Amino acid sequence: MTATATRWRSLLLPVLAAAVVFVLGWKAIVVVGNYPPFILPAPEVVGARLVEAWLEGTMTPHAWATLSEIGLGFSIGAGLAVVVGYLLARSPLAEKLLSPYLVAAQATPILALAPLLVLWLGTGLAAKVVICTLIVFFPVAVATMVGIRSVDARLLELGHSLRATRWQVFRHLELPAALPQILGGMRVGVTLAVIGAIVGEWAGADRGLGVLINLARGSLFDFPLMFATLLTIAGIAIVLYLTVVLVERALVGAWR
Amino acid sequence: MSRPATEERALAAISLAGVSRSFTVDGRPLPVLEQISFEVPGHGVTAVLGPNGSGKSTLLRLVAGLIVADHGSILIDGLPVADADQRVGLVFQEPRLLPWRRAIDNVAFPLELAGVGRVERSERARRLLDLVGLDTFARAYPHQLSGGMRQRLAIARALARDPSILLLDEPFSALDALTRERFNAELLELWQRTGTTIVIVTHSIAEAVFLADEVVVLSARPGRVVARVPVPLGRPRPVTAMDSAGFARAAAAIRAHLGGTPDDLAAQEAAAAPIHDVLERAGSPAWFDPFGGG
Repeated sequence: MTATATRWRSLLLPVLAAAVVFVLGWKAIVVVGNYPPFILPAPEVVGARLVEAWLEGTMTPHAWATLSEIGLGFSIGAGLAVVVGYLLARSPLAEKLLSPYLVAAQATPILALAPLLVLWLGTGLAAKVVICTLIVFFPVAVATMVGIRSVDARLLELGHSLRATRWQVFRHLELPAALPQILGGMRVGVTLAVIGAIVGEWAGADRGLGVLINLARGSLFDFPLMFATLLTIAGIAIVLYLTVVLVERALVGAWR
Repeated sequence: MSRPATEERALAAISLAGVSRSFTVDGRPLPVLEQISFEVPGHGVTAVLGPNGSGKSTLLRLVAGLIVADHGSILIDGLPVADADQRVGLVFQEPRLLPWRRAIDNVAFPLELAGVGRVERSERARRLLDLVGLDTFARAYPHQLSGGMRQRLAIARALARDPSILLLDEPFSALDALTRERFNAELLELWQRTGTTIVIVTHSIAEAVFLADEVVVLSARPGRVVARVPVPLGRPRPVTAMDSAGFARAAAAIRAHLGGTPDDLAAQEAAAAPIHDVLERAGSPAWFDPFGGG
């Protein structure tokens, strides 16, 4: 379909343009500054290492580990956040009881919390999923709360006049009306989830892109690999963000 | 109202007896409607006319069962109005469409909530779109439609569950005068085809007289029934009926009850609003307190 093609183009073109500018600028800095590879390797060196790392299978297990941490953490965190955000919006009691914990949890730096969670939950998947969940939760919960609160009271009266059940009101009125805001929160949340996963891996893990960066820098002295890993992380973040944007366009693009 | 319901069982007749309702504003009760009594015969058109704040919308909400009266009774065919009474279809001042649903799915929405199957509800929604002349816009989203089309869609939705009574709350007040005239004629056509009892709340004397068999005139807050003016015009009623002597007489009678106000009360009130604001603020000299106390 041409409409779909156009949509893709409008989404990907800015990303590609930004990538080209980025690589050119990078190359220019390397040439002008004449930096040694262990400070800043040239883009083509990193590019070659990136391809190689994927082909020889160095990258795959680490990328897969990080991706599952993000995927699980984001799903759990965002899912919980929508439920709690709805409760906060609709129940003053819930807001009074829960908000101190929420703000306290958000105000505690995740960097300080991560080693503790790894200590408690081990160096496996669980600790990172919890870290991602925590970091995703707050922006999505706040967005949901604001979104549900700003649902037009006149639409709710329409629901009442049609004898909609509580579930029907949520499913057909509140959720769709709040969806643009909720998805906005998820845009923020998904990029934070990437940070959460890397932070969690730095705090202690045997696998993951954060681990690979440490390995490349500390034991392998493979600086191109370190930069290639960085690029992979950025790539994952961008793809996930674009996925949320695509979901947003599919769900609310037509009527907004 | 005191008639026994068994003797005269006109379908879709409404009777209000001694209905009062007040709201709490700043901790004090503010009476909005007082001792409202009138009957709406089945299959007829009744207009409720009054200035802003006369509780017209509150009156419709009471009849629709969205809120409960403090005193008095509201009966439809002798039975008290239930919470969100399903014998009633409501058209609000604004279309209140769901922007994420296409036209046809907006019309089908009440059916969907009631658990009507997919095939049947799309078939019925199509027929309703046809009825309001929007059959070619079934797949459009509300933001792609004009204001008038949206309000037509809202009327179609109000008819979805086949109500015996249609309540309209200033449904055309957002439309320009010409469109409004056309929509009133369309509404009468629709009424003749569906046979629902219609109660329409309006600001406009002309609109009220053109549409209704009887015009119930309310006073300013708290709303009381000032007069019930019968309209001596036949049916079907062409737009040219607005130029007849009977029309002018009825309009004059209503205007007399309103104290000789201009035809469109909304415009008059909009002009008066700043004066009211000044009068209300006169007691508290706000300019002495830059931080807005009081």
